[in-house]
Amino acid sequence: MIYFDNSATTKMYPEVLDTYRKVNEQFFGNPSSLHRLGNEADALLQQSRKQIAQLLGAQPDEIYFTSGGTESDNWAIKGTAMEKFAAGKHMIASSVEHPAVTKSLEQLEKLGFEITYLPVDADGIVSIEELEKAIRKDTVLLSVMAINNEVGSIQPIEAIGELLENYPWVHFHVDAVQAVGECEPLIRHPRVDLLSLSAHKFHGPKGVGILYKKHGKRIAPLLTGGGQESGLRSTTENVGGVAAMAKALRMTLENSTASRSQEQLLRDKLVSALSEYEDVRIFSPEGGASHILCFAMKGVRGEVMVHAFESQGIFISTTSACSSRKKGTPYTLGSMGVPVAWSQCAVRISLSGENTEPEAEAFIEHFRMLHQQFQKIQ
Amino acid sequence: METHIQIRFGELSTKGKNKKRFVQQLAQNVRMVTKDHPQIKIKPEHDFMLLELNGADEAVIIERLQHVFGIQNYSPVYLVSRDLDEVKRVLVELLGKMETAGKTFKIATRRSDHDYEHDTTFMNAELGGTVLDAFPDISVKMKQPDILVRVDIKTSGIMLSTQTYQGAGGLPVGTGGRGMLMLSGGIDSPVAGYLAMKRGVKIEAVHFHSPPYTSPQALQKAKDLAGKLTKFGGEIQFIEVPFTEIQEEIKEKVPSDYLMTITRRMMLRITDAIRAERKGLAIFNGESLAQVASQTLESMVAINDVTTTPIIRPVATMDKLEIIDLAQKIDTFDLSVQPFEDCCTIFAPPSPKTKPHLDKARRFEALLDVEPLVARAVAGIVVSSITGREDTASQDEALFSDLL
Repeated sequence: MIYFDNSATTKMYPEVLDTYRKVNEQFFGNPSSLHRLGNEADALLQQSRKQIAQLLGAQPDEIYFTSGGTESDNWAIKGTAMEKFAAGKHMIASSVEHPAVTKSLEQLEKLGFEITYLPVDADGIVSIEELEKAIRKDTVLLSVMAINNEVGSIQPIEAIGELLENYPWVHFHVDAVQAVGECEPLIRHPRVDLLSLSAHKFHGPKGVGILYKKHGKRIAPLLTGGGQESGLRSTTENVGGVAAMAKALRMTLENSTASRSQEQLLRDKLVSALSEYEDVRIFSPEGGASHILCFAMKGVRGEVMVHAFESQGIFISTTSACSSRKKGTPYTLGSMGVPVAWSQCAVRISLSGENTEPEAEAFIEHFRMLHQQFQKIQ
Repeated sequence: METHIQIRFGELSTKGKNKKRFVQQLAQNVRMVTKDHPQIKIKPEHDFMLLELNGADEAVIIERLQHVFGIQNYSPVYLVSRDLDEVKRVLVELLGKMETAGKTFKIATRRSDHDYEHDTTFMNAELGGTVLDAFPDISVKMKQPDILVRVDIKTSGIMLSTQTYQGAGGLPVGTGGRGMLMLSGGIDSPVAGYLAMKRGVKIEAVHFHSPPYTSPQALQKAKDLAGKLTKFGGEIQFIEVPFTEIQEEIKEKVPSDYLMTITRRMMLRITDAIRAERKGLAIFNGESLAQVASQTLESMVAINDVTTTPIIRPVATMDKLEIIDLAQKIDTFDLSVQPFEDCCTIFAPPSPKTKPHLDKARRFEALLDVEPLVARAVAGIVVSSITGREDTASQDEALFSDLL
């Protein structure tokens, strides 16, 4: 099996799975219990928090545990809306955000919020000029992802942070789910107020993630109940998941330099091979994330390509190019100006540091054969 | 260039014959609060004490000395060679690390070695000129300048200092004898302990706990509070008294409006017995007049009755707000307000007698088997040494390190 779908999810490191099991065996107490079992579970939870904070360059009380990237995005956006609606009901996002962001914004639109979607250029990068024009006195949130999950464009978070120094009333949210191991540091600018992360994208378990919330920034809770996470995210804490996530984050960041150069090496090889074909178009920009490569072969639907590779034991994915989009809802390739005829053929390779050159060569070889086969239907 | 810290004494200088003992106690206390920096050498001299840092972090030591009782003020001093150019260079370097813009200064030279080639007038003028040249925004002021540069010319070299820090005052802990502090988990008793230490008393913390009615967290809180006090004079002995049996007995046999009075009498009996065993001279507690029911004068009469040992109540005449201010200043307030039940709150009756009668108190107490109860409690004490460097956090880290 050749697994080239790491942006969809990654496999847990064996040590991380081991931690998950051990914690659920030895430290299964409810951290809110008054007795020793509760105290031990709580101590492990806080130690995990401290480790994650250190790895991100943040304070422990700026780290909140959620059920994953989707919840973190939902909370950042709706939590800001609920907390700051008296100050304004305008929000800005790029037009290439993940559905967890765009669907949340859509939901707020129904409640009377106004959303401005920033256009992107042919490389999928937002324009700082357009952003500045869009900011108003009643803007309460800006959401821009660090790395686009479909094509791998790296957004200019530092430049946006610099700009927003002049607009301190706007909450600056960054969905950094695809950025772990790619951008260092993850909190790329001190102006970033909120940051979403998801464990299963960095070899941690599914169902657990992080929201970083800078000191002094207020958002309302989505989950109310027992008062966990300083009253902002009630649920009995998933100690095993959190500990495993802390371990996965540490291991991934430790390996990141080596992983990145391996990913870049393979990506370059793949780009080089794919560029030989006249009817293949590569959408990922050249300076994009080292682990993501989005391309299409003319006339072959993305889904067909995925299944064709699957039958050869190679796993890739489509992007979310869908022709029947609601008007105005942003999606990445369309926003980059790619016509539907091409975007519906798009597929995405997403690598990890553990992928190898032989794997890349196998892909290239299989692509050559598939390309030949698909000529028959052109 | 070696960095030392020169420590000057406060009231000690007036103590005459006792001065040597006081200085030695201060040296010992300074040693205790810097125990994790074993490279430091402490040299008591007649008029001051010199700390040789030998590479220890100056900022850390300066912070620690802030709290040690017996110190009036202290300055980092730099020992340089007697070469005038070297002195000028170091002086400029030292001032460069400080805020000089718009400030005033003065050079105060002193010659311990009268044979030095330059006299004090020359030195003051020469060094003053160097400073004015190097820092255009600074000006000279003779009386009470912002920055006082002390230059001490000795045979071994020249000692420079540019900053003086105010010390905590008071008397070195241990020069005033030994006392037992009745430490609950509340706001007042740690403040009382602090004030006792300020007058040189070496306190031992006596804490009553009644498991399972009181939690392990309440005990830890009391230990942590004792830990907060160590910065004023070194290690504190922490004495845990098992109080469950007595509290249950009292609850069973004594009428509810005298529960509190009898409980406090028993606590005092036990503390006094511990004091005698440990050769203490007095008992300290955090009672403040009329703050709570047990602290009216009538209650004090009914409770104090059990002993003639001096009971010193340092916060007796302070308002609650004043006590809170002090608690915040010594960093015990946040800990004290953590909501772990101690034995006083759990067994608190609904309406304690604010003006108990002494003879009734004696009579109700006699319903208990006083002496064996006290003896058992005293026999069951657990003594531990609180150094202030207990690091529960790093114990956790070690335990979880291979999981994370």
